[in-house]
Amino acid sequence: MTGSSTFLEVRDLTVAYGAIQAVRDVSFTVEEGQIVSLIGSNGAGKTTTLRTISGLLRPVSGEVLLGGVPIHKLPAHEILGRGVAHSPEGRRLFARMTVEENLRLGAYTRKDEAGIVSDLDRIFDLFPVLGERRRNKAGLFSGGEQQMLAIGRSLMSRPKLLMLDEPSMGLSPIMTQKIFSTVRDLQQQGTTVLLVEQNALSALALSDRAYVIDLGRTTLSGTGRELLADPRVQEAYLGEGVAS
Amino acid sequence: MLPTLLSQIVNGLVLGSLIGLIALGYTMVYGIIQLINFAHGEIFMIGAYGGLAMFTYLLPTFVQQQWYLALPLLLLAGAGVSVGVALIMERFAYRPLRNAPRLAPLITALGVSVALQEGVRVFYPGATAALPFPKVFVQGTWAIPVPGGTVPLRWTGLLIIVVSLVLAFALNSFVNNSRMGRAMRATSQDRDVARLMGIDPDRVIVLTFVLGATLAGVAGILYGADLGFINIDIGFQNGIFAFTAAVLGGIGSIKGAVAGGLSIGLIKALGGQYLPGGTAYDYVWIFVVLIAVLVFRPQGFFGETERVRA
Repeated sequence: MTGSSTFLEVRDLTVAYGAIQAVRDVSFTVEEGQIVSLIGSNGAGKTTTLRTISGLLRPVSGEVLLGGVPIHKLPAHEILGRGVAHSPEGRRLFARMTVEENLRLGAYTRKDEAGIVSDLDRIFDLFPVLGERRRNKAGLFSGGEQQMLAIGRSLMSRPKLLMLDEPSMGLSPIMTQKIFSTVRDLQQQGTTVLLVEQNALSALALSDRAYVIDLGRTTLSGTGRELLADPRVQEAYLGEGVAS
Repeated sequence: MLPTLLSQIVNGLVLGSLIGLIALGYTMVYGIIQLINFAHGEIFMIGAYGGLAMFTYLLPTFVQQQWYLALPLLLLAGAGVSVGVALIMERFAYRPLRNAPRLAPLITALGVSVALQEGVRVFYPGATAALPFPKVFVQGTWAIPVPGGTVPLRWTGLLIIVVSLVLAFALNSFVNNSRMGRAMRATSQDRDVARLMGIDPDRVIVLTFVLGATLAGVAGILYGADLGFINIDIGFQNGIFAFTAAVLGGIGSIKGAVAGGLSIGLIKALGGQYLPGGTAYDYVWIFVVLIAVLVFRPQGFFGETERVRA
């Protein structure tokens, strides 16, 4: 550990939908400035984990600590204010609103209009297509453009921790590369990233650290490089992933 | 011929803009929490009684006699009482059921409606019968000259049209252009994601009830001032019209509520004049049109159909 400090710690997290446990005793940590991935098959509990961190779900047991402070009892709208932004699975844009309105909603808790305007420009520099179509309704965009907007919207709150749920879902390989290189740029600008991906190969190549979640439990962990080389990971998650 | 037609159009616009004002409350609450708030008609009724109470028990005689003093105070009282009751209703009747199956709040809304109506009947002195409503605006009629005669427009009717349209435009602009309006639309489209944006849904829901009740309270005063009397059934009658207007215009749509209200006013006035059966059948035509529109355009005039790419 070279001077890095734990930003997010998830400790023995158990989350249930009614009688069904979706996440069981999941534990992991995210160090400041890292990109950390949660990988695993569909239904493994990755999305549930993110939704619990951002306060949309309440854990049955376990803790979520942000900078050492428990946040798992806070309502979702207060967690954003602590520097955690969550770009949910399936983008979930406000389809009937314009690009600019979606981005401004990302900055809902901010009051500094000048800062908001300069951040809008920053997003439009990052994704020029959004700037060209800032007055268009978000629902009419392609999958890749929607993903750019979803990431842009999450950045508008100037988060310390950005949680991305399946950012590559439904995207072309080229668009996927563009999104992942953006994630790396964001990290270099100081944002900590927690990434949930089924596209394990791309995610591991990008990650400082990764955790494999299987059937609601963390089963393996290591650096992205270690897991890429791990035969169990290769067999379970990279078999066909190499092609995509 | 022409004067009769135009007179009925005027009657339709007066009734229709009042219905539209009430319909805005139905449509906004539905848009945010998918609840058909059947008690909203009673919020309108209770606003009228709130204004009447202020006039009767609080205003000194010299204020009572000057409409330009009395009317603003009554509008404030009507809106205030409606908002107060709506806040209590939201907090204690609907909020505990926020995550319950949809039928539970719907039945609760019906219960609240009955409770409010009976509450006024029991506790408001003399409310078992119709009560005269004070004349808080210029009385009389503007005879608009048209070819072949004149079209009468009551000054109170003109007041209803003007106030309703101004408030509807103001509301539309608030919802579309302000930060809180954006939060309302976001909560309406996807409540979970709105929470991820830092929006507190409870605050948005309270704001929605406050806005709807303000408009309903104002409508209650305008209605009493125009008709000259009120009774405890006015909430139910006009509530049904307003709910129908909201559905006709496309529930969840602000433009739709106004367009639906005006349509219903015009159908009632013109149908009662020109269609067989006269005014005895005017309710029938309203619901015939509603059914016809819903068959061919289930989302109503301005209702949104989802067009989201995966």
